[in-house]
Amino acid sequence: MSAESPDSVVLEFRHVSCRTEEGRPLLSDINLEVRSGETLVLLGRSGSGKTTALKLINRLREVSEGEVRVEGRATAEWDPIQLRRRIGYVIQEVGLFPHYTVERNIGLVPRLEGWPEPRIRARVEELLALVGLESELRGRYPHQLSGGQRQRVGVARALAADPPILLMDEPFGALDPLTRAEIQREFRGLEQRLGKTIVFVTHDLREGLLLGTRLALMEAGKLAGTYSPEEFLQATDPTAAAYVAAFRAAEQ
Amino acid sequence: MLRFFYENRAQIFELTLEHMWLVGAAMVLAVAIGVPLGIALTRRAWLRRPVLWGANVAQTVPSLALFGFLFSVPWLGARADRMTIAALTLYALLPIVRNTFTGISGVDPAVREAARGMGLTDFQLLRQVELPLSLGVILAGVRVAAVISIGVATIAAAVGAGGLGEFIFSGLSMVNNQRILAGAIPAALLAVAADSGLGLVERRLKAHS
Repeated sequence: MSAESPDSVVLEFRHVSCRTEEGRPLLSDINLEVRSGETLVLLGRSGSGKTTALKLINRLREVSEGEVRVEGRATAEWDPIQLRRRIGYVIQEVGLFPHYTVERNIGLVPRLEGWPEPRIRARVEELLALVGLESELRGRYPHQLSGGQRQRVGVARALAADPPILLMDEPFGALDPLTRAEIQREFRGLEQRLGKTIVFVTHDLREGLLLGTRLALMEAGKLAGTYSPEEFLQATDPTAAAYVAAFRAAEQ
Repeated sequence: MLRFFYENRAQIFELTLEHMWLVGAAMVLAVAIGVPLGIALTRRAWLRRPVLWGANVAQTVPSLALFGFLFSVPWLGARADRMTIAALTLYALLPIVRNTFTGISGVDPAVREAARGMGLTDFQLLRQVELPLSLGVILAGVRVAAVISIGVATIAAAVGAGGLGEFIFSGLSMVNNQRILAGAIPAALLAVAADSGLGLVERRLKAHS
């Protein structure tokens, strides 16, 4: 579990810019802090740069300028493998290994880290219960699970080695509305119990308001502002206001 | 016909074994070189064009000509069986390299991304994810390579390496049909056996991914 005090900064973006190989700008001068235990939602349209920003944290992408700091050290100084082992990663397509059972999928990182088998088995049981799956699913293969079950396994897998940081890239986006709502509610409960530092990418304002302790609005590669959920709904910034208006319209 | 087979069964058996040894040795070499090469192609984009081009050329050269070229290579050209195994290995390379490359590239990008995000090293990614998932495709390449090798190995007799081609060539020069068939049929059966045998293993492996 994280030993950080509640106010300490776990993740930082300092004047971060990111460009493609051809020079097209993806992110421009991002400055952001994420504190221990908070859930920062990166909210924005497609192409706003939110996924790119997320991937800079676990170095699936590299910065062009500036630095991203994780637990006080620049990502460039971290060994990428060690960095990623401290960060749980959940993506929309889930990416479960099709040739592994649920149990082997969840237990992969603990196994690579050399945990003894009994500890791994116990951890898998614990995680299955945590994400709301029956223990008997442990022996199933991904293709035998529903979309909602698969994503629950994905979350369990990301939490397996108990990393202090969790990165989630539109994790519930591919689920049907009912399953999505159910999983969001459960995840909200989980967030509070886990106390982890979470960065959550979504384009869905409702999801952001429900799950986030703070919202960072991204537009065209720039950070348009950070808000608490309540502040966001009152925001006068045009980008934020447009989001809220669209949200209200959809609510009718 | 059958009587000819029966009367010469010892020699047919010996030539079949010789044939299998030539093909077997070449296949082992081709897999030992081809699979790592295929893996390298997935990691280093700049290698792709030269390597695939080279393997393509090796396949296009007519077999007898390839044997001819190898004849003048020191050490390799000195002995008929070395030359043959070298030629067969070169022929087997393209399907194996290409299938290894295609198989690994064909792994679901989401799986690869999740694996990298979890902190798997490149070696762990290969061993735990990419290779197990592409085993079926790689084996399909091995199967194609084996069948090609068995066929090309019949030419080996022309350079004195033995194998079932002995009967085919001597049968041709003696204009003895039975002799020709005594070489051709076992070779064909060998090819069919390799094809179905490896095909079975391939299906078993594919069932798991």
